[in-house]
Amino acid sequence: MDKSKNRAADFEKALKARDQQKYVLRLYVAGMTPRSMQAISSIKSICEEHLLGRYEIEVIDIYQQPGLAKEQQVLAAPTLIKTLPLPLRKFIGTLSDRERILTSLDIVPKV
Amino acid sequence: MVLDTSSPIAREATLPKCPTGIQGFDEISGGGLPKGRPTLVCGGPGCGKTLFGMEFLVRGATEYDEPGIFVTFEEKAHELAENVLSLGWDLKELEARGKLIIEHILVERSEIEETGEYDLEGLFIRLGAAVDAIGAKRIVLDTVESLFAALPNELILRSELRRLFRWCKQKGLTAVITGERGDMTLTRHGLEEYVSDCVVDLNVRVKSDIATRRLRIVKYRGSEHGTNEYPFLIGAGGFSVMPITSINLDYATSSERVLTGVNRLDTMLGGQGYYKGSSVLISGTAGTGKSSLAAAFARATCAGGGRCLYFAFEEPVSQIIRNMGSIGMDLGKLMDAGLLKFHASRPTTYGMEMHLLTMYNMVKEFEPDAVIIDPISNLSAVGGEEEVKSILTRFVDFLKGQNITTLFTDLTFGRTVGEYTESAISSLMDTWILLRNIETNGERNRALFVLKSRGMEHSNQVREFILSSDGLELTDAYLGSEGVLMGSARVGQEARDFEESRLRGQELSGKKRSLEAKRAALESQMAALKQDFLSMQEEIEAVETAAKAQNAALFKDRDMMAKIRKAD
Repeated sequence: MDKSKNRAADFEKALKARDQQKYVLRLYVAGMTPRSMQAISSIKSICEEHLLGRYEIEVIDIYQQPGLAKEQQVLAAPTLIKTLPLPLRKFIGTLSDRERILTSLDIVPKV
Repeated sequence: MVLDTSSPIAREATLPKCPTGIQGFDEISGGGLPKGRPTLVCGGPGCGKTLFGMEFLVRGATEYDEPGIFVTFEEKAHELAENVLSLGWDLKELEARGKLIIEHILVERSEIEETGEYDLEGLFIRLGAAVDAIGAKRIVLDTVESLFAALPNELILRSELRRLFRWCKQKGLTAVITGERGDMTLTRHGLEEYVSDCVVDLNVRVKSDIATRRLRIVKYRGSEHGTNEYPFLIGAGGFSVMPITSINLDYATSSERVLTGVNRLDTMLGGQGYYKGSSVLISGTAGTGKSSLAAAFARATCAGGGRCLYFAFEEPVSQIIRNMGSIGMDLGKLMDAGLLKFHASRPTTYGMEMHLLTMYNMVKEFEPDAVIIDPISNLSAVGGEEEVKSILTRFVDFLKGQNITTLFTDLTFGRTVGEYTESAISSLMDTWILLRNIETNGERNRALFVLKSRGMEHSNQVREFILSSDGLELTDAYLGSEGVLMGSARVGQEARDFEESRLRGQELSGKKRSLEAKRAALESQMAALKQDFLSMQEEIEAVETAAKAQNAALFKDRDMMAKIRKAD
């Protein structure tokens, strides 16, 4: 009985820790096209809404820094890469499918 | 084969071409791939698409000073480099010299999620940077179809691919795009829709357990090209396409003669043997002495200071040497002298094309005056009749071009004795010698015929072919009242004939003697008669003299009497 109680406590703790998890995101865009702008505003609004204070986002223009794109095997633009928390995830497109991004980023939507 | 710019296809120069440097390919495509345009190379797994692309780049970089980019979606750069190192291509060194860039583009379906519209600008930027870095003129995309697995949105992908091919054209890149064969289409994802300038199809077919690779130019917009399926192989030096159409019947013909190694056979062939640079076929059933005749030719060639290359497809070298030793031919000595070279292999070791290439390379290396293939019939164990014929046609063609005398032996089977060759290649041959076993009186004897020999007088007679420890010998078959006889029957008949003629001789001389005696008798008779004649003449003369004397005496008496009677 004690054991299971402990387990429940651990679970609660882990959940809480997850809520505090810091997110490191990189968005690769190809110039300031409408598509790029759409992706940027889309991810910003998600982060502001769900990850306030615990996210870091870097927008990289692959025209300016082709080396970085090569390093990360970025083919499509825009591409969003979540480097932290693990596992690494890649999203391509304008990031318009909000529900799907939230699920894949492992973000629990605030009710 | 060698690039032949005089071929009718190669003369066509309507479209700027980009030579691939791939052995034989430039010949059938009339100079190479369309310059500055994309070409689709499609085929099933393991048929050499990647290698085709790689060789295109390596040759471009080393032979035509055109740097290239190899974009690989499947293999990693170091894996590729390791794979082609065995072909003598050092990709690392080429990269270091700025002649080649290998771009490994990794796409994994599981990692990527699509969330709305996108384009492949990342790919373009990357390729653009690579092209600009070395001033690339060539690009290979191997294989772009991997993207279909990674990116589910086909609509976007297709439009991006179209853009990519257009981009290559704009950059003036001669591109090779590889694609996996689909069920009913050339490529699984219909890439042929976007690449319409040139399509090359590679395939591997397995027949009787032996695989043959083939290449076909499906289309080539704006250019003439060979339309056949050409066998090709991937050898130690890369791709080799061997166009059957390389037959140009325009090589110089020699009227020089070479000895056959058997005196009487030289006599049968107009007294001087084969033509140099001609093709000779020796066909016959098992055990008729084909190899022996071939070895005799090898020995004769070497004895004249020439070099001979002997391809043995049936026996190991040591066995041939032992066997030929038993009929008085020491081939080992010739080998040691470096005049004779053997190459023994099983026909089934590899496919026909590989055999052709091996033979081709060995001929190039050894530079022989004569080449022997013993026997060609074994090759049909590997390929079909058509294939063997096509291979031999090309090989004979090549050797004739080099003025090398070629001798083939061909094993025919008992049931089809005669003027038939297993490989249906007799029309390629200039001289055809048929060996045959003739069975009579419980023994088999070898008979030799010259079925044909182009451009020379040759005997139409059958000869008996005798193998003994002294060597090879041809003797006249017995032709007489008993018909054509050979072997012991011939020897017996000859003995009988001899006896008969001896008896006849004796008879004749007896007759002659008796006639001579008769003549002698007549002569003596004639002498006696002559004597009689003479004596008779003398007698007649004596009588006449006596008569004259009487007459004179009579007149004298009458005068006297008149005087006495005092007649007036």
